[in-house]
Amino acid sequence: MVEENENIIKSISESEYKYGFITSIETEFFPKGLNADVIRMISQKKGEPEFILDFRLKAFAHWEKMTFPNWAHLQIPEINYQDIIYYAAPINKPKYSDLSEVDPELLETFNKLGIPLDEQAKLAGVAVDAVMDSVSVKTTFKETLAEKGIIFCSISEAIREHPDLVKKYLGSVVPYTDNFFAALNSAVFSDGSFCYIPKGVKCPMELSTYFRINAANTGQFERTLIIADDDSYVSYLEGCTAPMRDENQLHAAVVELVALNNAEIKYSTVQNWYPGDKNGKGGIFNFVTKRGICKGDNSKISWTQVETGSAITWKYPSCILLGNNSYGEFYSVAVTNNYQQADTGTKMIHIGKNTRSRIVSKGISAGKSNNSYRGLVKVLKNADNSRNFSQCDSLLLGNKCGAHTFPYLEVENPTAVVEHEATTSRIGEDQIFYCNQRGISTEDAIGLIINGYAKEVLNNLPMEFAVEAQKLLQISLEGSVG
Amino acid sequence: MLKIKNLHASINGKEIIKGLNFEIKSGEVHAIMGPNGSGKSTLAGVLTGRDFIQVTQGEITYLNKNLLELTPEERAREGVFLSFQYPVEIPGVSMINFLRTAINEIRKHRGIDPLSAGDFLKFMRQKQELVGMDGKLTGRSVNEGFSGGEKKKNEIFQMAILEPKLAILDETDSGLDIDALRLVANGVNKLKTKDNAIIVITHYQRLLDYIIPDIIHVMYDGRIIKTAGKELALELEEKGYDWIIKEANL
Repeated sequence: MVEENENIIKSISESEYKYGFITSIETEFFPKGLNADVIRMISQKKGEPEFILDFRLKAFAHWEKMTFPNWAHLQIPEINYQDIIYYAAPINKPKYSDLSEVDPELLETFNKLGIPLDEQAKLAGVAVDAVMDSVSVKTTFKETLAEKGIIFCSISEAIREHPDLVKKYLGSVVPYTDNFFAALNSAVFSDGSFCYIPKGVKCPMELSTYFRINAANTGQFERTLIIADDDSYVSYLEGCTAPMRDENQLHAAVVELVALNNAEIKYSTVQNWYPGDKNGKGGIFNFVTKRGICKGDNSKISWTQVETGSAITWKYPSCILLGNNSYGEFYSVAVTNNYQQADTGTKMIHIGKNTRSRIVSKGISAGKSNNSYRGLVKVLKNADNSRNFSQCDSLLLGNKCGAHTFPYLEVENPTAVVEHEATTSRIGEDQIFYCNQRGISTEDAIGLIINGYAKEVLNNLPMEFAVEAQKLLQISLEGSVG
Repeated sequence: MLKIKNLHASINGKEIIKGLNFEIKSGEVHAIMGPNGSGKSTLAGVLTGRDFIQVTQGEITYLNKNLLELTPEERAREGVFLSFQYPVEIPGVSMINFLRTAINEIRKHRGIDPLSAGDFLKFMRQKQELVGMDGKLTGRSVNEGFSGGEKKKNEIFQMAILEPKLAILDETDSGLDIDALRLVANGVNKLKTKDNAIIVITHYQRLLDYIIPDIIHVMYDGRIIKTAGKELALELEEKGYDWIIKEANL
């Protein structure tokens, strides 16, 4: 395996860029492949300042020296990085001209989620002239935010309009040297969100990529940066509960959060990328680096994630608890079905005094899938009186799936208190029959049981999101029992 | 209401019920008694549609329908209710959510509009009072952390909410002390109407002191070997089952 990887890296680093630098800027897509010229082209196309190009090129040079991480409990097929298009122009070609051309199974799922027709069309990639009234939503929305001095825009816009903030914080939480995918993302990131909450401001609404134009086509190498200045608060929602039929194979996003003194950031994700078909063909590889730093005293970062999609998920939203009395939270539900694989968890790094963290992870495995929790709790020498509580539960449906827990504890301070609890259970035939006997169908029964199991996490999601997430959990597990 | 003709049923190829005949009409309470292993609980499983029991022969007619063709949830929606011998726990699912889902499924099946959250709560409180169910329990997850007695009481509470046409009480008395037994039995008696029927499956006579059956059947080796009036219970308590088994020439 090691040798194989070295070969891949070798072939990447040694191959010449076959197509040359001839494509005109008017084309919609860049040619396949990755080298320094492609990166220069991306940067030029986006009109980026020198420091960003520099950041990208350094990241690329570093990435070329790195090897693919193989420590996760995942079987990852070979990825040919020269076979990927690293930049697609914002105007995306519609895949279909009419809803009737779209996979009926996908439409059925949309209906179950209660998504309006216009939106269904947009999500499936059908050409739509005007998308609902999102323009007006966006306008009123932007005005309200601007009044408070909140900056919420695409990262490309932020690089042009607010270069000082970007320069100060980009790569400050996840440096490009961090890992293979973070380096790749830093070299080629396409777009993403930027958010700055000024001192003393409580953001009056949930910020969501959902409302932002451009959001739909920036998935592959998304880069998000959120900064909450002193005494501020923001709740951010990522993703969309509808299944995106994206044919891109590899997704490598980076999310960085910075919370200054007394600031709080709440980051919620519902991830529902295409998981591949029932036989394990296709699907997204989701290799994401998400990390927040509680930089200021008394700051708080809370991650909540509901992961139901992707063929492979590799994701560890983490908190660096640097400020004294800072608090990190991680609430996760990860569902795997059919041949899906997930290796997900968190890292809580206690550096400041009296820092606290809480981890609640709920894995649900069905079909022939594998679901792993991997979490690190690290307490450094000076982190006096720090506390961690971890709860890692696994729920199994059927007898061909796997659940694994890999907790790592590194405690260097004797005053720390670290607690870890873990359970594994199975949805029993008896529980389902009990529901049946009260008039509830098997599918609804599974829905009830898993939502009950995941309640503690779902309760952390904003209300509307929680309702959709509940439906989504049920849909993801349809047909997995009986 | 319910008619069983020459029923044969097996579990993993082993025949447990061997030619059983039974009939109950609306407004009646029947008790099915018998020693351990006679097939009483298997019968309850057949009536509610447990999939590990195979019906190999016979017919069951329920309200003029072929009961065996219905799925477990369809049977429940048609008014068949089982008070479980061992009620299961469903962590994280509140009693309120569970019962509201159940009652609205049943209402949907019958073409009635679903109950709103407010109306359901009102309805639930009435039933809580009727069967003497502790209000604290309905706020908890289904059976989670309930004592044995609380679980059994909860079954009767669910019966009150779902208002079945045919209720099967499987060993509802097991694990109950005398006070709890009386409470549970009182609940059942309040739910008895001229339009529903109740089958009480029990090992001991003592439950029948509180729920008075119209007819008692004795089950042995997969068959009903004796059917008589309520006075049979006392005789059984005194003499056990052996004399009936002998009488039936088995």
